[in-house]
Amino acid sequence: MENIASIFVKSIFVDNMIFAYFLGMCSYLAVSKNVKTSIGLGIAVIFVLTITLPINYLLQVHVLKEGALTWLSPSLANLDLSYLAFILFIAVIAAMTQLVEMAVEKFTPSLYASLGIFLPLIAVNCAIMGGSLFMQQRNFNNVAEATSYALGSGVGWLLAIVGLAAIREKMEYSNVPAPLRGLGITFITVALMAIAFLSFSGLKI
Amino acid sequence: MAKLFSEKTKQVFLGPLSKNNPIAVQVLGICSALAVSANLKPALVMGISVTVIVAFSNVIISLLRNTIPNRIRIIVQLVVVAALVTVVSEFLKAYAYDVSVKLSVYIGLIITNCILMGRLEAFAMANKPWESFVDGLGNGFGYAVILIVVGFFRELFGAGSLLGFRIIPQSFYDAGYMNNGLMMMPPMALIILACIIWWHRSKNKELQE
Repeated sequence: MENIASIFVKSIFVDNMIFAYFLGMCSYLAVSKNVKTSIGLGIAVIFVLTITLPINYLLQVHVLKEGALTWLSPSLANLDLSYLAFILFIAVIAAMTQLVEMAVEKFTPSLYASLGIFLPLIAVNCAIMGGSLFMQQRNFNNVAEATSYALGSGVGWLLAIVGLAAIREKMEYSNVPAPLRGLGITFITVALMAIAFLSFSGLKI
Repeated sequence: MAKLFSEKTKQVFLGPLSKNNPIAVQVLGICSALAVSANLKPALVMGISVTVIVAFSNVIISLLRNTIPNRIRIIVQLVVVAALVTVVSEFLKAYAYDVSVKLSVYIGLIITNCILMGRLEAFAMANKPWESFVDGLGNGFGYAVILIVVGFFRELFGAGSLLGFRIIPQSFYDAGYMNNGLMMMPPMALIILACIIWWHRSKNKELQE
């Protein structure tokens, strides 16, 4: 239980998807123009991450890892399918986003109205795929740990995008040199936020 | 040859190198550009890998463009790209193991690199294979150029070397010169990229917002 909580906190602050690994930068920069839409996208990312990452974890442990297929037959103990990871993970992610989109549309039209446009975008968000690939590297002990990592990463992403959106809303009124306007100054803002987040890296949990 | 390199194909190839650069202008594929550029060598390898993958996935999708049903096109594109990325990843593991360890998950993340999806959607779905191939090469090089510039400055000032060879002489260190450790940190990639964009947009006034 302790472990789960520490993974959660660590993935929000220390291993923040945006500030430490730059995952999901494209949509992060494109959608962070106002706070409301960025909250929508952030929630969608949390949602999809927490669904796809545990599924990919189970796939990794029970199908892909070396010797993972012994439950089928003992003769498969030497089989290492991890080179199939990319294709399987992305297929799961694309299929799950499609499914989630349809389910949300059917059952909660109001949520669909606010998240709908973002869901298809999320299939190609690096944060989702990155979460699965990091999970593959980190060898979590059980599904609960993987889920808490997914949840934490998502929350960290939400935090980052809402923070940037709030700053950009204020920045509309400031007098930025013309060549830096828009993209340039946004990069510098993100860099300063990332430097601030570096101070969490000494956190011992 | 005249037909192969018509005026239009030339434009398709040269556009992404400057006026229509995937990173500095279209803001695509930032994730990997920032994360792998702490040293020149991984940046170089990443640039080449992305170029190869964009070019060939563009050709494959362009060949298939009339047979792919519109509704499932994203999944088809992802599978084609994932297959190519797997090939490149296994190739790197076999021939350049140390670099592939350094690039870690970012090779896998080429699948979700927005440059790929952007080019497949915007170009390969509507153009012939040869032009798509040239477009892929152009965009790949445009991406690689930025990566190499960022990697160059970060390695030079962060470690005093280039491609692992020492550039700044020992006498400088004896005189009190220090490597800038911050250059190795992720945030500096953003700042250098911002400077590139600043320079690029002050040269090309029409890109300013």
